[in-house]
Amino acid sequence: MTRFIDKNTRVIVQGITGDQGLFHTRLMKNYGTRIVAGVTPGKGGQKAEGVPIYDTIREAQEIHSIDASIIFVPAPFALDAALEAIEAELDPVVVITEGVPVRDSIELVARAKNRGTTIVGPNTPGVIKAGESKMGIMPAQVFKQGKVGIISRSGTLFYEIAAHITRVGLGQSTCIGLGGDPVVGLDYIDMLKWFQEDPETDAVALIGEIGGDAEERAAQFIKEEGFTKPVAAYIAGRAAIPGKRMGHAGAIIQGSTGTAQSKMDALKKAGVFVGELPGQVAQSLREVL
Amino acid sequence: MKLLEYEAKEYFKKYGIPTPEGRMVESPEEAREYVESLGKPVVIKVQLPVGGRGKAGGVKFADSPEEATIVAKQLLGIPIKGLKVEKLYVEEKVDIVNEIYLGVTIDRNRKQHVVLASSEGGMDIEEIAAKTPDKIVRFYVDPVIGLKSYHANFIASKLGYRAGMMRKFATFIASLFSLAVEMDAELTEINPLVEVKDGFLAADARLNVDNNALFRHKELEERLLDSYKGELTEREMEARSKDLTYIELDGNIGIIGNGAGLTMATLDTVMLHGGKAANFLDLGGGATPERIGKAVEFVLSDERTKALFVNVLGGITRCDYTAEGIIEARKKLGINKPIVVRMMGTKEAEGKAILEKNGIETLDSMEEAAEQAVKLAGGKQQ
Repeated sequence: MTRFIDKNTRVIVQGITGDQGLFHTRLMKNYGTRIVAGVTPGKGGQKAEGVPIYDTIREAQEIHSIDASIIFVPAPFALDAALEAIEAELDPVVVITEGVPVRDSIELVARAKNRGTTIVGPNTPGVIKAGESKMGIMPAQVFKQGKVGIISRSGTLFYEIAAHITRVGLGQSTCIGLGGDPVVGLDYIDMLKWFQEDPETDAVALIGEIGGDAEERAAQFIKEEGFTKPVAAYIAGRAAIPGKRMGHAGAIIQGSTGTAQSKMDALKKAGVFVGELPGQVAQSLREVL
Repeated sequence: MKLLEYEAKEYFKKYGIPTPEGRMVESPEEAREYVESLGKPVVIKVQLPVGGRGKAGGVKFADSPEEATIVAKQLLGIPIKGLKVEKLYVEEKVDIVNEIYLGVTIDRNRKQHVVLASSEGGMDIEEIAAKTPDKIVRFYVDPVIGLKSYHANFIASKLGYRAGMMRKFATFIASLFSLAVEMDAELTEINPLVEVKDGFLAADARLNVDNNALFRHKELEERLLDSYKGELTEREMEARSKDLTYIELDGNIGIIGNGAGLTMATLDTVMLHGGKAANFLDLGGGATPERIGKAVEFVLSDERTKALFVNVLGGITRCDYTAEGIIEARKKLGINKPIVVRMMGTKEAEGKAILEKNGIETLDSMEEAAEQAVKLAGGKQQ
């Protein structure tokens, strides 16, 4: 994983003719993303938003050079679409689709790992390089080119904090939604390692939520492996009750595992600023940058 | 989706997992008839989607058809953990040599299935992990290779079984693993799994199926709403039938947001300002005015709700649609509870204009809006 995306990344949209696929192809193009082709089996030869459609990625690759894929296909077909992208050596593969069975995500992530492919998602808002390109469904207006990298499990809370960062006069470098499912391709630690090496990122906003222990692991990584850039965090779900899924499939407190308090404590112990309110993340970053 | 023991055991049988002989009954007569035909002492277990039924008095023994009739009469219709007992599972009593634990679940961090086994069965796995952590065998399965027979042999042998019993237990593990994967189980668990003289039997059965995979299990899809009984409150059940992502809480401020993370953060912000949310309702992405109206109606019609706080960050959700939905719902209900709206993003100006024309306050900051909502609901609760 040497780069994520930038203005030169050539993107194919899988599931380009669905409502979501079409709508976001238009918005991504408006933002500057180089969408070179689309795939919808059975609609090869047509065009959508001025983009040529193919039945398969392989046929698209005979005509175009393609780097990465973004997937909007319905959940029952998401695994198939992602494997097609992995086999075509596209990287990253961004799976926007919500509602993918965990069994499919496990297979997808394992096969991607064996091939060295980066999977973003499933159930992710995607990835954006502010001011250059976006592979995702995030609203462009809240982002401004700058030096803060964002890692988030959720969508709208990610935009909320991005908007605060922009409002205090900072901006964003690369921002990524990991996805709200229990099993996703990327973890906080993968992204922290990447941000450590990224010359365009000076600080990181880490946005977490209840469920699992990915935030605790991130905290341990920051503390023990010595992540050197400033990190500010916000954890959603302090008012959540155990045993109930709070909207995301992965956002559930099971027994005593996955509480907001445990995540906040772990991050604080690792020297991370943890905001009580989403806006405080931006204020804290402005003070250190 | 949590299956009941008798439902889970139907799948166990399909996968060749040995279970004691048994049948689900719904009346004392059925219980008597079954025990008569079986001709053996039985255990009678209430079928409810809650744990701890044994401690709550939901598991009893009967040695004769007559006794089974009496026990069934006692159990049917009584409440256990707030749920009415409507079904019983009548099962032959077995001679137990040892109680062990076997389960298959998903490790989120490793992104793999994990097989958990312990020679200490009978108590729940958290308890086993706390009391005798060294007695738990955890085996992580490579998703590309799967669980092969040499893996199953390894686990069985780690539990101390040798020769014929080792092979029998390994087969048991392999069958349960196939079931876990093919049935899209988030968790399948046998506790206790009983060792008898010449083999193993699943005395209990737990099978929780991934809701996202129900398109592969059509026969379960139609039973989904039913399976929520016990897990969800009445209002939560009603919300499910309206296709709303709703969780009931115990405060007095109705909360509607778009996106799980933002809605959770909205609850937290209200809490931080001394208020208490009456619910969590996530609109998801791209809601239509009708859907928003339905959500607003549902939350406002809750008697406990003194004020409503709508927090929308418009990406694919439009602020003007949100405003229209709110106005429509309020008109329809004729309820004049105070409403605070915070909106930002797509069609923000249009949305605010609609709300202001109808006398509903809008704010730009989530924090200020939360503070206002707490005030309107009658001030701090804690």
